[in-house]
Amino acid sequence: MHSPTLASRRGFLMFAAGAGVAFAFAPDNFAMADSGKAALTQNFEPTIWYTIDSTGVATVNIIRAEMGQHVGTALARIVADELEMDWNSVRLAYVDSDPKWGLMVTGGSWSVSQSFNLLSQAGAAGRIALIEEGAKLMGVSSDICIARLGVVHAGTRSVSYAEIVRRGNLGRRFSAEEVKTIPIKSPKERRLIGMPSAAIDVPAKTNGSAHYGIDAVAPGMVYARPKIPPTRNGSKVVSIDDSAAKTVKGYIKAFALDDPSATVPGWVMVIADSFVGASRAADAITVVWASDDTSRISEKDILDHGRKLIDNPGGGSWVVEDPGVDAAFSGAHSVLDKTYTTSSVLHFQLEPVNALALEREGSWEIYTGNQWQSLIIPILAKALGVSESKVIMRTHLLGGGFGRRLNGDYAVPAALAAKAMGKPVKMLCTRADDARFDSIRSPSVQTLRMAFDSAGAVIGMQHHAAAGWPTQVMVPGFLSKGVNGEPFDPFSISGADHWYSVRAHRVRALSNDLANRTFRPGWLRSVGPGWTNWALESFMDEAAHSLGVDALNFRLKLLDGVGKNQGSEPVAVGGAHRQAAVLRRVAEKAGWGDDMPKDSGLGIATTFGQERAMPTWVACVARVRVDRGSGIVTLEKLFIVIDAGTVVHPDGALAQVEGAALWGVSMALHEGTELANGQVRDTNLNSYTPLRMGDVPIMEIEFIPSANASVGLGEPATTVVGPAIGNAIFSAVGARVRHLPIRPSAVLSALVTRS
Amino acid sequence: MKETLTFNGQTVTVEADGNTPLLWIIRDSVGLKGTKYGCGIGMCGACTVHVDGRAIRSCVTPLSAVRGAKITTIEGLDPEGQHPLQKAWIATQAPQCGYCQSGQIMQAATLLKDFPHVNDQDIDNVMNGNLCRCMAYVRIRKAIKLAAMELLQNA
Repeated sequence: MHSPTLASRRGFLMFAAGAGVAFAFAPDNFAMADSGKAALTQNFEPTIWYTIDSTGVATVNIIRAEMGQHVGTALARIVADELEMDWNSVRLAYVDSDPKWGLMVTGGSWSVSQSFNLLSQAGAAGRIALIEEGAKLMGVSSDICIARLGVVHAGTRSVSYAEIVRRGNLGRRFSAEEVKTIPIKSPKERRLIGMPSAAIDVPAKTNGSAHYGIDAVAPGMVYARPKIPPTRNGSKVVSIDDSAAKTVKGYIKAFALDDPSATVPGWVMVIADSFVGASRAADAITVVWASDDTSRISEKDILDHGRKLIDNPGGGSWVVEDPGVDAAFSGAHSVLDKTYTTSSVLHFQLEPVNALALEREGSWEIYTGNQWQSLIIPILAKALGVSESKVIMRTHLLGGGFGRRLNGDYAVPAALAAKAMGKPVKMLCTRADDARFDSIRSPSVQTLRMAFDSAGAVIGMQHHAAAGWPTQVMVPGFLSKGVNGEPFDPFSISGADHWYSVRAHRVRALSNDLANRTFRPGWLRSVGPGWTNWALESFMDEAAHSLGVDALNFRLKLLDGVGKNQGSEPVAVGGAHRQAAVLRRVAEKAGWGDDMPKDSGLGIATTFGQERAMPTWVACVARVRVDRGSGIVTLEKLFIVIDAGTVVHPDGALAQVEGAALWGVSMALHEGTELANGQVRDTNLNSYTPLRMGDVPIMEIEFIPSANASVGLGEPATTVVGPAIGNAIFSAVGARVRHLPIRPSAVLSALVTRS
Repeated sequence: MKETLTFNGQTVTVEADGNTPLLWIIRDSVGLKGTKYGCGIGMCGACTVHVDGRAIRSCVTPLSAVRGAKITTIEGLDPEGQHPLQKAWIATQAPQCGYCQSGQIMQAATLLKDFPHVNDQDIDNVMNGNLCRCMAYVRIRKAIKLAAMELLQNA
């Protein structure tokens, strides 16, 4: 029907379909720097981060994954502000992998915070060079020149960037070291950062032209669907019977993958000339596997194992260990001791994982959406038996990331199949395949303890957390060392190292080795705080109630900003005082302390995001109504206040908070799964039930105006909502829930326990 | 079997088994990639297209059920991509990752045909079948209301 052609331009695939339906990918807004434009003159390229062409258009190179956060727009505005560009002349280039970009990873809500200075200085470098050259062209001193909207002015005279690029001598390049020394503007001189702006990636997402990994095609490609083994790590193929598949139209063959990287042990790939053919053939094929003991492991086994780990005081890594913890507890007037659990969660990014792999001129090209190219390229190289320089990741939009595509394991089977077939292979997982192959958010168990003196003052606190550790399984080099020298996954315990002053604090992180063996734990939007903050903020509420004091005032008193909680310049400046400020403001907005109707209640919670070194200060009040008969919780309203320092792209920031908060709602009240015999129980929307339109609460979201350093926004609001809801349920009906997700049956049980 | 259908006003003859889901005909035979695969069981709505003007889930609709039909995909909703819903989607900056949005817009298009004076309950009832994993629901609702206003003003 159609004859795809592989376009050479920037490696993007385009094709003209038959029957008069013809179009090309790469819409204007994604304009990949067009080599044709540069034919007449050299483009100006003072650093690797952008070029300006002879028409005055700046194309900013984006090394981060575009997965809904409009990161390209935010990063380009940082560059363009210092470069004094006219925003209408700014384009984005989402670049393919290349060692020159350094670490390619999009996660941790890091992109803006970590790129802000670098990209500002890169923009400033270009402005300095353009002003110097513009001054020469005008025959004036550069001291009297300023740049605005892509034009260099000297009094009444001016010369545009386009003209400078055409006529000037712009050979100047800045080394990375030089760029680091360039001063950046003061906040009041900013003209784009913090101003309203539309996101560049949006229009293509309204007309079908946005191009995702699933849309990539290549000439001569065949389709693959996997047969996923019964366990993630220890299954071996015994036999493949494809006799029933031979009548499936377009079926080609099925074979077990030989994977030197051990990424996808026990995988069978089913190849056909269409996806429908591959999918139907896969259904018809019978594979016998020999699987390991994890085929008998279920959710309860993992939680029980976590409890056992916590009960052994000698195990784990001491992440925080203040002096005097044991003395505080042995001498305490009273101790509060509670345990919290969370269930497995699927990423369920709507575009199932997929990849197109092909070999061209001795190099392997992988066409897929991915969040951590630098992590998977060495693994792909090992799998294919080539050097890393022979593997290129071709960048595409992501149909949702949420951390799933930090783990690029799905690229490996496509590459191995392409190698085995000697032709391009496009592998696509069905939704159920995707769910079974997901790197789920691990189930967790946490025990928290607080010691009080006779006056009810907090004199000590302990937080013990056991969960699967994605970083241990996938990037052991990223583990940190605890006070006792034992390694820990910082992403799986962050949040427990909070900003409350509790005198003597102990945080102990325990790797649930049974979880790590049974499935491949994943980083899921905010990672550790998804469970640590559930436990911490539920526990703070319980502590306040146990003392008979107000849950807001209890927190404010502990957020005294003293000692290690005073914060430090530049990113964590203000410390706990800023967390107290967002709490006060959200309480004020929500009418904290006002009388509520019967069986309705307000619950409060707060978070600093993921990392103490990059705190995003968030506070939330949830208003719920509880039906005592059914246990059903209706979330009526969320109030959220955020201090994220300088906000680069305000509307994008708001969208991230809206989405993150509703993820929090979904994981608290709507979705969640369990492992059953080594596999997730729920693999599609017939039983996995994320939040839908009709259950969206009213949301009031407010950002604290700030000129402080930018921090992350993609994740923090996710983790504050669950505990706010749990605390609101307690406030409404006195039922304390300690497990996520919160099911009506748990609310009913807690009501019975109470009465 | 050979089937002749109309895709966005163009007549196309496709050769495929009658039990082939329309989604894959649209994406891989005709090459219109704006319609997306999400769940394959008709429960996420990413594959929503119009068959003779009605929104259907193309992932669970076999080719044999749409013989001779007029299929409209996101690419054909408006020749310039300027349907009031598309303009409203941009005005409200509704898309995040964008993967579900073709389906959301196609579903919303029939919602507004059926309920020109759309209210929140209508939106909940009809749009509940369309999952947005980025949870951009607040803006999708806002965009639908904005488009409804434009359509009523031009009616």
